[in-house]
Amino acid sequence: MEQKYVSYLENTGKWKGIMAWLTSTDHKRIALMYLFSIMVFFIVGGLLGEVMRTELFEPGQQFISAKTYNALFTVHGIIMIFMVVIPGLSAIFGNFFLPIMIGAKDVAFPRLNLFSWYIFMAGSLIAVYSLAARNGPPDTGWTFYAPYSTQSSSNVIPAITAAFVLGFSSILTGLNFIVTIHRMRAPGMTWFKMPLFPWSVYATAWIQVLATPIIGITLLMLIAERIFKIGFFDPALGGDPILYQHLFWTYSHPAVYIMILPAMGVITEIIPTFCQKKIFGYKAIALSSLAIAFVGYFVWGHHMFTSGMSNTAQWFFSFLTFIVAVPSAIKVFNWVATMYKGSISLTPPFLYALAFIFLFMIGGLTGLSLGALATNIYVHDTSYVVAHFHYIIFGGMGFAFFAAIHYWYPKMFGRMYNFRVANIAWLINFIGFNLLYFPQFVIGMEGMPRRYFDYLPQFTAGHQVSTIGGYILGVGLFIMIYNLFKGRKGPIAPANPWKGKTLEWQIPSPPPVENFEEIPVITHGPYDYE
Amino acid sequence: MSGKELHSDAEGAKLGMWIFIFTEILLFGGLFIVYSVMRSKYPLEFHGAATFLNAILGATNTVILLASSAAVAMSLTAIQKNDSKLAGRLVLITIACALIFLVNKYFEWGAKFHHGLYPGSDVMLELSRGYLLFFSLYFFMTGLHALHIIIGLTILVVVYFKIRSGEINQKRFVLLENGALYWHLVDLIWIFLFPLLYLIT
Repeated sequence: MEQKYVSYLENTGKWKGIMAWLTSTDHKRIALMYLFSIMVFFIVGGLLGEVMRTELFEPGQQFISAKTYNALFTVHGIIMIFMVVIPGLSAIFGNFFLPIMIGAKDVAFPRLNLFSWYIFMAGSLIAVYSLAARNGPPDTGWTFYAPYSTQSSSNVIPAITAAFVLGFSSILTGLNFIVTIHRMRAPGMTWFKMPLFPWSVYATAWIQVLATPIIGITLLMLIAERIFKIGFFDPALGGDPILYQHLFWTYSHPAVYIMILPAMGVITEIIPTFCQKKIFGYKAIALSSLAIAFVGYFVWGHHMFTSGMSNTAQWFFSFLTFIVAVPSAIKVFNWVATMYKGSISLTPPFLYALAFIFLFMIGGLTGLSLGALATNIYVHDTSYVVAHFHYIIFGGMGFAFFAAIHYWYPKMFGRMYNFRVANIAWLINFIGFNLLYFPQFVIGMEGMPRRYFDYLPQFTAGHQVSTIGGYILGVGLFIMIYNLFKGRKGPIAPANPWKGKTLEWQIPSPPPVENFEEIPVITHGPYDYE
Repeated sequence: MSGKELHSDAEGAKLGMWIFIFTEILLFGGLFIVYSVMRSKYPLEFHGAATFLNAILGATNTVILLASSAAVAMSLTAIQKNDSKLAGRLVLITIACALIFLVNKYFEWGAKFHHGLYPGSDVMLELSRGYLLFFSLYFFMTGLHALHIIIGLTILVVVYFKIRSGEINQKRFVLLENGALYWHLVDLIWIFLFPLLYLIT
C-alpha cells in the first residue's frame, strides 16, 4: 500500500524525537510505550527467575543466601504480577486495538490514558527504588502477608507503595476502557456485533475498577500499621492476620482474571482468523467473559483453605471455584469447535494460540484439584501450586501475549517478521516451558515446598529438569524477541496479511494517526467469513 | 498529535466519574470491613473510646457538609438556568463550607494531639488494644476523608474559576456536574463515618 496517509509512527506534532512520544495522547503510541517498558520489566523478572532456577539446580546453597532467595522470589513476583501481567495485554493491546476494533478514533479520555502511563512508570520506579534502597529488597513474597510484612526490616513500604501506585494506574485504564466501549462504538456496532477481544477487555476493565480499590486500601493500612504500630493485622498487637489475607485475596484473586481474560480475548480473535471460519458460539464466549468476571469475585477463599475458615465458608468457596471453571471451559470448547472443518493455516500466531489452549487446560484442570478441599490440603504451599500458577499465567497469559504480538505485529509496525525463526522459537518455548514447570507438579505432589531455596536430595532430578527447561525457555524467548526486533526492517506487510475480518485489518498498516478517515458503519458481525 | 481534539462527550465524562465514585466507595468499603471486624471483636472498648469523641463538633461538621452539598446541587441548577453569577456564588459557599469543615477538623484533631493521642504516640501505644484500634481507625478514616475533602475542594476551586471565565456555561457544564458528584460522594462517606465513629456510645 503506497503511503498516501500519515501513519501514527510519523511525527506530526510540535515535538520531535522522544518527546513526541512522551507527550502523545495517541492510544497507539501510548500502547507502544507500555510495550517497551513492560518488555524491559519482563526481561528483568525473567532473569531473576533464571537466577532462582540456577540456585535450585542442586540441593544446598549454591551461590546465593536464603535471604537473597527470599528477596528474589518477592521481587520476581512484584515485577511479573504488578508490572508485567496485570497491565500486559490490556494496557498494550487493549490500548492499541480496542479503539480500532470498535471503530473509534481514540479512547474516551486520551489525556487520562497518557497520565495512566506516567502513573505506571512512577509506580515502577518506586518498585525499582525498593530493590536498590538501603534496607535491602523486600523479602515478604509478593503477597505481603501480615504479620511478617509488618515486621520485616527490608524495604516493604516502598514495595507496597509501588503496588498501590500501579493499582491506581490500572484503575484509570479500566475506567477509560469502560467509558470508551460504552460511548464510542461505531454506528451500527451493537453490543453483540462487537468483536470478542473488546468484550474480554470490557469484562477485565470492570474487575480492574471494582477490585483494585480493595487492595489499595489494604496496602495503605499495612503502611499505616508499619509506621504507627497500629495492629490491624499483627496478632501480637491484637490484629487479625486472616483479615489481611481476606482483603488481599478479595483483590488478588479477581486480579488473576485481569490477567487471563484479555488473553482469552486474544485467542478468540486469532482462532477464527486462521481457520477462516466464523467463531463458534459468539454469545457464549462474550457472556462467559462477564460470568468469569462476576463469579471470580467470590472465590478468593480458596487461597486460604488452610488458614482457618469455617467449614461452611470452605464449602462455599470450593463450590464457587468449580463454578468459575465452567465459563472457562465454555471458551475452550468453542475455540476447538471453531477449528473443526476450518481451513487452518499454521502460522506463528496460531501456533502460540494452540500452545495457549494446551497449557491453559493443564493449568486450569490442576486448578480444580487445588480448588477441591481434600487435595488442596495435601498440595498446599508446594511447588504444585507454583506450577499451576505458572501454567495459567505464563502458559496462559504469557503465550497469549506472544500470540498477540505475532498476530498484530504487521498491523502495529507495518512490517513482517521472519516466520521460520518465529516457528523455531515457538517450538523451543513450548518445550522449554513444559520442561520448566511440569516437573514442579510432580515434585510438588511428592512434598517439595514452595519458596524454599534448599531441598531434600530426592527432589534433585525434578529440579534439574526444571532448571534445564528454564534455560531452554530463556533461549527460545531470546530468539523470539530478537526475531521480532529484527522484523522492524523486514518486508513491508500488507494491510490484511491474515485475511482478518475485524476492523483493524480494514485500515492501512501501520494505522493512520486518526485510525479511520471516516468512522465506519457496521452492518454485520465481526467474524462473517462464509 | 498532542493537540488531538475529540468532540466532547458529557455523558461519557459523567459515566467516567460514576465509575470513579464506585472505586472510591470500595476504597472506603475496605475500611468499613476492618471497622466492623474490629468492632465485633472489641465492642465494649469501641463503645468506651467513642465517648472521647466530640459528638457536637461531629454533628456540626455533618450539617456543614450537608449544606455544602445542597449548595453545589443548587449551583448546578443555576447554571442550567443560565445564571452563572449565582452558580459561582453557590460554589463559593460550598468551598467556604469545606474550609470550615477542615478548620473544625483541625481543632478536633488538635485537641486529641494535645492529649498525646495521635498515631504512633506513646499514649496511644499504652492504650488497650480496642482503644488503640478505635483511635487508629478514627484517625485513618477521618484522615483519608479529609484528604478527599481537599481533593474535592481543589476541583471546586477550578470549577469556580471556569464558571467565572465562562468556560462552564449553560451548554457545557459537565465539569461542574462531575465536581458536584464527587462532592456528594465526600458528603456521603461522612454520613457513614459520623454515626460509626461518634454516635456508637
